[in-house]
Amino acid sequence: MREFLCESVFFGVALSILAYEAGIFLKKKLRLAIFNPLLVAVAAVMVFLLLTGVDYESYEAGAEKLSYLLTPATVCLAIPLYEQIGLLKHHAKAIMAGLISGVLTSLISILGMAAVFGLSHEEYVTLLPKSITTAIGMGVSQELGGVVTITVAVIIVTGILGNVIAEPVCRLFKIQEPVAKGVAIGSAAHAIGTAKAMEMGEIEGAMSSLSIAVAGLLTVLGASVFANFL
Amino acid sequence: MKYIKQFAIILTVSFLGEALRALLPLPVPASIYGLLLMLLALCTGILPLEAVRETGRFLIEIMPLMFIPAAVGLLESWDRISPIVVELIVVTAVSTVLVMALSGRVTQWVIRKENKKTGRGKEEKAQ
Repeated sequence: MREFLCESVFFGVALSILAYEAGIFLKKKLRLAIFNPLLVAVAAVMVFLLLTGVDYESYEAGAEKLSYLLTPATVCLAIPLYEQIGLLKHHAKAIMAGLISGVLTSLISILGMAAVFGLSHEEYVTLLPKSITTAIGMGVSQELGGVVTITVAVIIVTGILGNVIAEPVCRLFKIQEPVAKGVAIGSAAHAIGTAKAMEMGEIEGAMSSLSIAVAGLLTVLGASVFANFL
Repeated sequence: MKYIKQFAIILTVSFLGEALRALLPLPVPASIYGLLLMLLALCTGILPLEAVRETGRFLIEIMPLMFIPAAVGLLESWDRISPIVVELIVVTAVSTVLVMALSGRVTQWVIRKENKKTGRGKEEKAQ
């Protein structure tokens, strides 16, 4: 059984999609933010792999077909962005102000907590790009001498966390303007957060998509400066 | 046929993004170059919206699925994470909430200030 699963071509993708569907079902039934379909799917796949003894490489050999679509899907984020381009131009100043303060908040809060916890320089620069999209974050971490595998892990956890808490945080801090919600989610939780912003609305999704790109590029600049501070 | 053509266009733009990444020495991934190229093509009218809309929407809708394999990969890096796991969780949770709250509030503050100036505040609040 285990060997068959390890060699199967369709097992990885099928398991991932079924787990995600189960997550959607749970969310509909229970209506709790913690039953986020992505979170449920990731946890379910992990448990399944641990129980059956199928190793990650075998799962990934099939499941990577899903990751393959990530670049084309990210490219397509330009579509909602284009549809909201008028709004984007109209609020350009507010959006830039939000993104710059978001990137600075990220870098300053990581610096502060790294100092409090007494993290090493290597651990600190590993965390610096945690709020931006994986592909840019990996590059930043590598450039600054961080541990890339940990950076990737932290970026993914950040994204899933942002996806789960986006709605409660917007409610708690009274962020009501759709443009502001989009900027908040995109700058804090990159593409995984944007998936949630897309569900919240067209404007939220478009602004979140924009924020992935701009916050990512601002962080490249900011992180190279902040790397000198600890 | 429509979907095949749309998918072909999207993959071509992705490929051009990859090419830009190979040509330019910046730490920018192919997907971001592709996003900018797609936006440029739509804004200039080189690509009409109809050329990519349905397939694009489908890809965006299934996007969360694409993060599952990488996230499950956390299992693999557990050995490197476990020694500093508490610090990582605290830093991640606190900074994510702070960034989301602050960037959202600042954006909203500037929008509302501008609305007040142009006297459009009331209409927007009513929505």
